[in-house]
Amino acid sequence: MSELLQTSGMDRTQVPRIEKHFRFQWEPAQDCYVLLYPEGMIKMNGSAGEILAVCDGERSIDDIIDLLQTKFPDAGDLADDILEFLTVAHEKRWIAVN
Amino acid sequence: MKSAGSQSTDRAAIGPPLWLLAELTYRCPLQCPYCSNPLDIANYGAELDTEHWLSVLTQARELGAAQLGFSGGEPLVRKDLEVLVESARSLGFYSNLITSGVGLSDQRVGALREAGLDHIQVSFQSSDSELNALLSGSHKAFEHKLAMARSVKAHGYPMVLNFVLHRHNIDQVDKILELCAQLNADYVELANTQYHGWALKNREALMPSEEQLGRAEAVTNAYRKQHGEAMKIYFVIPDYYEQRPKPCMNGWASMFLTVAPDGAALPCHSARDLPIAFPNVRDTPVRDIWYHSEPFNAYRGNDWMQEPCRSCPEKDIDFGGCRCQAYLLTGDARNADPVCDKSPHRERIDEALLQANHYRQEPSPMLFRNMANSRDLISSDTNSSDIITSDTAGD
Repeated sequence: MSELLQTSGMDRTQVPRIEKHFRFQWEPAQDCYVLLYPEGMIKMNGSAGEILAVCDGERSIDDIIDLLQTKFPDAGDLADDILEFLTVAHEKRWIAVN
Repeated sequence: MKSAGSQSTDRAAIGPPLWLLAELTYRCPLQCPYCSNPLDIANYGAELDTEHWLSVLTQARELGAAQLGFSGGEPLVRKDLEVLVESARSLGFYSNLITSGVGLSDQRVGALREAGLDHIQVSFQSSDSELNALLSGSHKAFEHKLAMARSVKAHGYPMVLNFVLHRHNIDQVDKILELCAQLNADYVELANTQYHGWALKNREALMPSEEQLGRAEAVTNAYRKQHGEAMKIYFVIPDYYEQRPKPCMNGWASMFLTVAPDGAALPCHSARDLPIAFPNVRDTPVRDIWYHSEPFNAYRGNDWMQEPCRSCPEKDIDFGGCRCQAYLLTGDARNADPVCDKSPHRERIDEALLQANHYRQEPSPMLFRNMANSRDLISSDTNSSDIITSDTAGD
């Protein structure tokens, strides 16, 4: 586990994308984003969903922070929260980075 | 229907069906004695046709279902599987094929991927060819399953390998995990038999001893420790060895909808064990079935509970366990699941465990799951007065 934590320390130039064995989509009936995987589903809370929704394999983490900061101007400084969530998401293998 | 008292259920509290299990057929080339299909599989008439299934998929997706399992029997015997998969993908389902691999070819694995299938779960009976053949009733199946597991990975699917565990294969868990690693499985389900349907009929032959179970768990934990999480292993213990029941289906009709081959809608794939006339998607919209039908509301919430569940502080954790197990072992689906050590019927579980842990010289006989045995069971069941044996889809 400690090895995982070390390797998942996020560098803001990295480009995250949804890991290939997951499908990420909006579910109107549940009013949230979900991650779907073999025989399972993880419901995302509002902010987690917004972050994953822009992990498109093209934007860097810096781009993602800028984008969400612009989209939610009243939310205060989001960088730490975004980095923290992406670190967890990486540990859980919801996202891959390159 | 018996034992399904009417009640006022708060409509607003009923969540959508998030999971649809489409049991496309009861036909199956294998004869596994722990099959979760009902004993009277020979009793049900024509299967839903393609148009019906497309309508069921559309309706369930509109209600909010996101996960879809194509199951059976063996779903690959349906020639319209690719059409259904394609529709599922365009509706936005995450679709899982739950298969024995028999009837699969590399070409079909590719065609299903093309059609939009997300995941294939291949079930094995054992880690070696001989036992696999004995348990499945097929001598060719094992080599073919290996080839198909390789094909599934080659086509880029995530792969779950499923092994139903029981006293004849639970001592092979080390070899099973080795095999799964060789095949590059992403997930492994070591699912101990749950005793409904055919498995209950064969319980004496299938239930592992406590010693066997302990060894298998230890081997699994050691494997996890040594190899980490690259291959995720789920180990499901047989609930008879628990003191509290499982929160079966996360509560009756709370998120899970099964549609059986003939169109019967069920809150779980074992619910046909219950003496309830379930609604059918041929004549009732799925929305009405889910929200308004009496069977789907019968055990929602906890108004239906009796003691010891009614006053139990854990009633919202395990929902009183499994209604089918309560009915099958105590005769009343409203009773606590007898796995619970607060149940006045716990002795029925303990008797089965005593038997499982008793040394035996000869293995107990097993009744294989097939249409001929199903017909024999039906005709020998003197309690059944309303049986139709003609024109079954399953031969």
